[in-house]
Amino acid sequence: MSELYQILDEEGVVNKQLISKINLSNEQMLEMYKHMLIVRILDGWLMRLQRMGRAAIHAPNEGQEAIAVGVAHASEKQDYFFPTYRDLGLMIVRGASIREILNRWLANSQDPLKGHEFAIYGGRKYNIVPTTTPVSVHLAAATGFAHAAKIRKDNLVVFAFLGDGGTSKGDFHESINWAGVFRLPIVYVCQNNQYAISLPVKRQTASETISIKAVAYGIRGMRVDGNDILAVYSATKEARESARNGMPVLMECVTYRLGSHTTSDDPSRYRTQEEVEQMRKKEPLRRFKNYLISNGILSEKEEQELRKEIEKEIEDEVKIAVSVPPLPVQTIFEDVYSDMPWHLKEEMDLVVKEFEEDHQS
Amino acid sequence: MAELTLAGALNSTLKEQMRKDDRIVVLGEDVGRRGGVFLVTEGLLEEFGPERVIDTPLSEAAIFGVAAGMAIYGLKPIAEVQFFDFAFGGFDQIVSQIAKLRYRTGGQFKAPVIIRGPVAGGIRGGMFHSQHPETYYVHTAGLKVIVPAFPYDAKGLLISALKQEDPVIFMEPKSIYRTIKQEVPDGEFTVPIGKANVLKEGDDVTVISYGAMVHRSLEAAEEAEKEKISVEVIDLRTLMPFDIETILNSVKKTGRVVIVHEAPKTLGFGAEIAAQLAEKALLYLEAPIMRVTGQDTPFPLANEHYYLPTLKRIKNTILKVVNF
Repeated sequence: MSELYQILDEEGVVNKQLISKINLSNEQMLEMYKHMLIVRILDGWLMRLQRMGRAAIHAPNEGQEAIAVGVAHASEKQDYFFPTYRDLGLMIVRGASIREILNRWLANSQDPLKGHEFAIYGGRKYNIVPTTTPVSVHLAAATGFAHAAKIRKDNLVVFAFLGDGGTSKGDFHESINWAGVFRLPIVYVCQNNQYAISLPVKRQTASETISIKAVAYGIRGMRVDGNDILAVYSATKEARESARNGMPVLMECVTYRLGSHTTSDDPSRYRTQEEVEQMRKKEPLRRFKNYLISNGILSEKEEQELRKEIEKEIEDEVKIAVSVPPLPVQTIFEDVYSDMPWHLKEEMDLVVKEFEEDHQS
Repeated sequence: MAELTLAGALNSTLKEQMRKDDRIVVLGEDVGRRGGVFLVTEGLLEEFGPERVIDTPLSEAAIFGVAAGMAIYGLKPIAEVQFFDFAFGGFDQIVSQIAKLRYRTGGQFKAPVIIRGPVAGGIRGGMFHSQHPETYYVHTAGLKVIVPAFPYDAKGLLISALKQEDPVIFMEPKSIYRTIKQEVPDGEFTVPIGKANVLKEGDDVTVISYGAMVHRSLEAAEEAEKEKISVEVIDLRTLMPFDIETILNSVKKTGRVVIVHEAPKTLGFGAEIAAQLAEKALLYLEAPIMRVTGQDTPFPLANEHYYLPTLKRIKNTILKVVNF
């Protein structure tokens, strides 16, 4: 349980015995790499859009791309996801367009969340339920979703994401306890990225690992190198099978957040640049690329072209997204209830009137 | 048609509705084998089995959060909180998850959970079995809040709650679970959410209340009538949304208002009614709006009679506003 499951080492050298167990075509692996690359490049753009004052906030994914992308690739179509606010990869793998993601970040009139909240990851058509910003609160709903699936005898597994900081919350313990009691089809994917904003994981727990916490709840613990997408993929397949058969899983994915917590954070206040550079050597894209190239699945030139293609597409989409008109002011009052009670109507009328006065030309 | 108590009406409604709709599940502490500590879920486990009547771990956050997940899935969960005093352990689930899900997802997801359980004092329950904490929920956008005072309304409102798509906080005044009986029709009928009930018409003063205090207000009204004061008594029944129209119509007629509730006075629901009346009916008022409420203290074990609105206090307040 404290042993780290790894298939690709930091240089991309493969463990031949373990990889033989994975049934992945070259095309699938290239798709996984492409998705990670989209996340990496789009992530950079979202950071820039925030710096330009276009987006309110962004929680960067850099260094953690292998987890969301790997888990999503190992899932089945009917599975459901309850992500955190740092899981862009789920949206990309599940087919969200770059345009939609940009519209969310800009909270413009095309934003499917109607500008009601930061650009949280989710959407009905992707089987992804957007998270609550208060950490770990969403885990109980994920657990309930899995419970409902079990009651209805539907063949699906829920993947609930959290961070290392989230394991200190009562909601985490109450949720995994419940999943254990009712033997639910759920995998809790803990992305241990070493920091909860400024606090290192040892300030969250005295446990040797996070995965070991599973023992106390009678569920299965797994510990995976979260920077190794093949290990994440393979472990997820195994975890999924276990959960489906009534043994929920707490899957700790050990990774490192290379960027800031969010655009509002300054990591130089709590960790050294040397530490970050040391960890950068272990990052997931480099090692997967090394593997793909050294095994003749991808060439250096093809990789460069892929990068350029993605860059170009995002750049074009940004140009479109920034010109989308803003949301009308009355959307503040939509979707509070299924119908609009009299007091909201009253408040809305006053705000709309004020808005119109302010915008008379 | 049967004569039922409030607890009995809720119990039979749960059974009737669960027979009709297999998406309804009931979950909570001791709701199964024990039938709930007030026996509101008695007999459900035997009839509907452990998949739909779920005895849960002692874990309010998980009960509410799991119910939310079940509702997202498409089930109709009814989560029992053993006492609303215990709900604070799961408050984050209600405020951050359940209330806001529809809003923060732009209407893509919804969590029409019903969280029901006992509130109110008068049973020598001490501070953790007696509170009336509706204000927290009324103040949280996205929740509907219901407090029935009669068996008939309890049934009709519970069915309304099951038929709509928003999360509902359903507070049952435990002091009147078994003290009042009423004819309640079999089968389905609804009482609309957001509609108050004028229990007694009158011309001199309007008494507005909800929950168990409705009954004390009715008694006070009878006492006042002996002194030739004509009292109109309104049972709000639902607090979010609440029926401003019925309140305004009554106050425009009487010009005098007394609000009665068990919850503490400061920022209690009476404060909102008074503020709305100040905004919308100031020129109709003939006297200050008065409140008779629980005290701004934790709920005490000893002397709870004096903590809660007394019959005497309600009656005297009625006299005070009439004689202003």
